Amino acid sequence: MPEVLKAPLVVEFPFTRSLGPVQSAFLTGLRERVVLGVRASDGRVLVPPVEYDPVTAEEIRDLVEIAPTGTVTTWAWNHAPRRGQPLTTPFAWALVRLDGADTALLHALDAPGPDAVRTGMRVRVRWAEERTGAITDIACFEPYDGEAPRLTGATGEFEDPVTGIVAAARLDYTYSPGRAQTAYIDALGGRRTVGERCPSCRKVYVPPRGACPTCGVATDEQVEVGPRGTVTTFCIVNIKAKNLDIEVPYVYAHIALDGAGLALHGRIGGIPYDEVRMGLRVEPVWTEGARYPDHYRPTGEPDADYDTYKELL
Amino acid sequence: MTSAPRDREIAVVAFAQTAHRRTSEELSEVEMLMPVLHEVLDRTGLKTADIDFTCSGSSDYLAGRAFSFTLALDGVGAWPPISESHVEMDGAWALYEAWTKLLTGDADTALVYSYGKSSPGPVRDVLTRQLDPYYVAPLWPDSVALAALQAQALIDAGDTDEPALAAVATRNREAASANPHAQLKGAVAQGDYLVRPLRTGDCPPIGDGAAAVILAAGDRARELCARPAWIRGIDHRIEAHGLGVRDLTDSPSTRLAAERAGAFERPVDTAELHAPFTAQEIVLRKALRLDDGVHVNPSGGALAANPIMAAGLIRLGEAAARIHRGESDRALAHATSGPCLQQNLVAVLEGEPR
Ligand SMILES: [Zn+2]
Repeated sequence: MPEVLKAPLVVEFPFTRSLGPVQSAFLTGLRERVVLGVRASDGRVLVPPVEYDPVTAEEIRDLVEIAPTGTVTTWAWNHAPRRGQPLTTPFAWALVRLDGADTALLHALDAPGPDAVRTGMRVRVRWAEERTGAITDIACFEPYDGEAPRLTGATGEFEDPVTGIVAAARLDYTYSPGRAQTAYIDALGGRRTVGERCPSCRKVYVPPRGACPTCGVATDEQVEVGPRGTVTTFCIVNIKAKNLDIEVPYVYAHIALDGAGLALHGRIGGIPYDEVRMGLRVEPVWTEGARYPDHYRPTGEPDADYDTYKELL
Repeated sequence: MTSAPRDREIAVVAFAQTAHRRTSEELSEVEMLMPVLHEVLDRTGLKTADIDFTCSGSSDYLAGRAFSFTLALDGVGAWPPISESHVEMDGAWALYEAWTKLLTGDADTALVYSYGKSSPGPVRDVLTRQLDPYYVAPLWPDSVALAALQAQALIDAGDTDEPALAAVATRNREAASANPHAQLKGAVAQGDYLVRPLRTGDCPPIGDGAAAVILAAGDRARELCARPAWIRGIDHRIEAHGLGVRDLTDSPSTRLAAERAGAFERPVDTAELHAPFTAQEIVLRKALRLDDGVHVNPSGGALAANPIMAAGLIRLGEAAARIHRGESDRALAHATSGPCLQQNLVAVLEGEPR
């Protein structure tokens, strides 16, 4: 069996999230170096604040300013910070109950080592130099034994409040397509198309995914299909996709390669878009160095009879 | 359609799982899953076409692929159309959905499966994406860090200490020696701190794996299995997502779910607990009032094999399999999801008196 293919796969997503009134006030407050909590119906002050009461589910809006100083309620020493975490040097994760709050906030605590951290220790907020209205406006906590600073009198009303955040994320994977798709991709390298036959229903799947979706059994007999095929159905694309260097309109089609038990997708070229039709016989066109056919063009053969492909629609 | 009496009896009649491994890169998800599906069907003699309802659990974030569960459906033979559902959670919650489906009388048999390939991505970071996106996820606190906060809270409360945590690890992995599917078994070094106070030995292995069970109702269950594992109750509960709102040394959601599932009506002899981190077993034992007479995690639990999205379903499967084999008469199975035991499901399974 040839070696299974592997490739790096990066998934990045910058979700744009809108804020409700309480979250907006809290994150805008951080931008202005102010910490706000919200009073729940049982009188507790929740920090970070939420928009609905955790007990009654009623909407809550009663914002309360609290101090940027507090007490560690629990902690864990992180000697090897990971990408995206608040500090690049070893630090403690800590839950901190700020003075005036009844719940604790999770953040990083900058300390020289685990021996310098304990539950019950006093800490204060270290503000980030550049603040945008995000939880990362708190750079981290730091040990602090002094008095709590005087409150600013903030009410939660700010000029130019933050109404949304961009939650950027990146995850790095090593993608492996598995045995069946590896064989398919390897064959494409030699400009051949290989499917797999189901041992039970004898249908040939292309691209193969290793299982017959009708029979639920492994497909393992490799079968070369094509290169020619038949257009079973198609659509005309009129809107140009971003970053796609193809003039519109063009035709995108289902193409049943000869010998295949189902159709795959491909673009049709070499023929005016309004002359493409069901039953048109086509063949792949490869460009230099490409890893899959660029498009399919008419072979010039007579159209296929409907009965030969009606099961593949 | 049959009408469903309120007390319709439903049982786990078969269970199968893969050998859980650090990587299965040579297999696609469906290739990894298919042998398990065949094995669980073979145990009952059922064919795909005989299954009334299919439900699965998995997460696209593990492998970094959108809609991966639709590809996995190839493995169950989804054409002609089947009655199917999916939860973006551990398969234990898929089993819960299937159980309710059988309770309605709309189905007599159900296939439940789940799978997770953690090997392609950085699972500690991947799991941060299930956290509160406004206040927590931007800080990227990884799954081990959050579990370590819970462990320290327990140590501060005097509920455990590091030697006691090490003993939990040792006991689970020794039990796993008898489990051919386990990934980590026998003597495993407690190792260095990963995030203090948790050492590598306090943490689950990262691995790939899949599991499947078949549920059946009433006499159908008796036809398919010599000693069905009757589900006497299942319940699942969730706690506040804010870690600073919760008492991390306790699990009121587990206790409530257990009470609603009937776990406290009579003692259980076996408990399969989904505790990926040693400290979480301490929390769960307390919440579930398990004394030393209960056989906890004879499979080795999640410390021995933790295929994410399948490890909870495996707890239900392992508990049921012990009843099938006559090694248990009344077993509790627990599954968790989210950071620091945020969500908890408890099921009580019984064999008929012998
Ligand atoms: Zn087939």
